[in-house]
Amino acid sequence: MKWAGALAVLGLLALPLTLSSYALTIFIFIFFYAFLGQAWNIVGGYAGQLSAGHAAFVGIGGYTAAMLSIEHGVTPWIGMFAGAVLAGALGALIGYLGFRFGLRGFYFVLLTVAFAEVCRILVSNIDAVGGALGLYITFTGNPRHFQFQDQRAYYYIALALMLLATGIAALIERRRFGIYLRAIREDEMAAEAAGVDAFRYKMFAMIVSSSLTGLGGTFYAFYLFSLQPNTVFGIPLSVEIIIRPIIGGTGTLVGPILGSFILTPLGELSRHYLGQSGLHGAHLVAYGLLLIAVVLFLPNGAYPWLRARFRR
Amino acid sequence: MSHALLDVRGLSRRFGGLQAVRDLSFSVDEREIVALIGPNGAGKTTVFSLLSGFLAPDSGDMRLGGRSIVGRKPHEVCALGVARTFQIVRPFPKLTVLENVLIGALVRHPRRRDAEAHARAVLDEVGLAAKAAQPAGTLTLSERKRLELSRALATEPRLLLLDEVMAGLNTTEVERTLELVRAINARGIAVLLIEHVMRAVMSLASRIVVLNYGERIAEGRPDEIANDRRVIEAYLGEPDVDAAVP
Ligand SMILES: Nc1ncnc2c1ncn2[C@@H]1O[C@H](COP(=O)(O)OP(=O)(O)OP(=O)(O)O)[C@@H](O)[C@H]1O
Ligand SMILES: [Mg+2]
Repeated sequence: MKWAGALAVLGLLALPLTLSSYALTIFIFIFFYAFLGQAWNIVGGYAGQLSAGHAAFVGIGGYTAAMLSIEHGVTPWIGMFAGAVLAGALGALIGYLGFRFGLRGFYFVLLTVAFAEVCRILVSNIDAVGGALGLYITFTGNPRHFQFQDQRAYYYIALALMLLATGIAALIERRRFGIYLRAIREDEMAAEAAGVDAFRYKMFAMIVSSSLTGLGGTFYAFYLFSLQPNTVFGIPLSVEIIIRPIIGGTGTLVGPILGSFILTPLGELSRHYLGQSGLHGAHLVAYGLLLIAVVLFLPNGAYPWLRARFRR
Repeated sequence: MSHALLDVRGLSRRFGGLQAVRDLSFSVDEREIVALIGPNGAGKTTVFSLLSGFLAPDSGDMRLGGRSIVGRKPHEVCALGVARTFQIVRPFPKLTVLENVLIGALVRHPRRRDAEAHARAVLDEVGLAAKAAQPAGTLTLSERKRLELSRALATEPRLLLLDEVMAGLNTTEVERTLELVRAINARGIAVLLIEHVMRAVMSLASRIVVLNYGERIAEGRPDEIANDRRVIEAYLGEPDVDAAVP
């Protein structure tokens, strides 16, 4: 498993040498969504706390770095950490509200969706941060501004983000923290009886997850050169974040990555081809069908199923 | 002045209009085995939930080694040395048997390697070592009951609260659990047990506390309780008299 992982990383490092610019774009999105899925996986997968508002952390991170850069000339390389800290702080606030008051399952989902919606509406109505139109970033191609003439730079940054989130998840998984999170997901009351401070560990998971996601917001802003509140705080982005780990297998390291390798090209291609023939939103239908199939036939996701097959 | 290990005074808890525990007092000494018995719905499990921090009492005090544990959260009570099992077992079904016990062991051994060694020792003691790598969801009822006990035991408690760990077991399995509880107790761990299997209660407990409608109606040595008129009456109201009356 370790060797397979190392080989795959080497392959991915060498891959841009051979890729067309369109293929490069698809890989950038695969890595970036795998990164977001992995960050979500820490709280949503391992700890089983289904946050459905993670887009908000992308938005907060992106807006923070973009505003710092546009208004104060702060390089996004620093701004991204400011964004991560702010996203982590808001993650802590939401976690506190949800976990202190014992919101479970459906209620936690609603709380997180509502949180993202509040952020979206607030940002849409604050003209100082661009209001409903959002923020636009002028292209300079200057690496100091987190901008690059060469697409491959974005490829490597997205890959690094994916590996960073996966590395952090791997560290958590092996430690006491990780096994506590799984226990909380399985049966919180039994975990508490066995000495686990469930509130504390759920808070940690939420803070790690939201600040990592906030870090990714900077990449989003400076790769796409724009931030619109409806997109970046919207429910569709939250769904994009969640659906990959679910398809690939929540609470596993490989799940979010595998899920992104399956879904991102599918989404891109169906957007590309079906969108051209006037079938907008067809990728969402494709997601929906795939999700139904996975829930019905592979309820734990694709990776646990594959793993079980190979063991046999 | 020497304290009892556990001292409960005037404990009460109501659910809406139902007084589940009423002005209950009892104690458990170091190294003692005390049984808590009573008909269905008498409030026994509620007492465990109060002791372990899952429910807050309306009034009364609970002291462990002289320190009040009222208002402590479940994980704090566990860290202080009180471990409970659940009447309806609550394994982590997708975690392995070893991981289930490891969760408990991590309370006293923060390093995973140490905790794992301790968890394996516990599995050896309860006879589940052969199942260590299996997901807990695949165990039989009797194995799950033993797993429930193992997880609590792995937290290295001073006082173990066992809620009907013998219910639903066959005679051989009950015998095995009896021996196990004796062995645990012999290592210096005090036990408070809720049990309907009277043979178990009579042979293990040095004292018995009898609850009915949330109130203590009797307390004493097994032979005293077996001949107590109020106890017999309380159980005669029950459909499963034969099983209940010693
Ligand atoms: N969380 C709760 N909310 C409301 N009522 C409850 C709750 N827990 C227990 N009760 C009620 O309190 C009473 C005592 O319940 P408890 O579970 O403590 O009884 P028990 O002595 O353990 O019974 P059994 O032998 O059947 O396990 C019962 O009438 C029960 O229905
Ligand atoms: Mg009970």
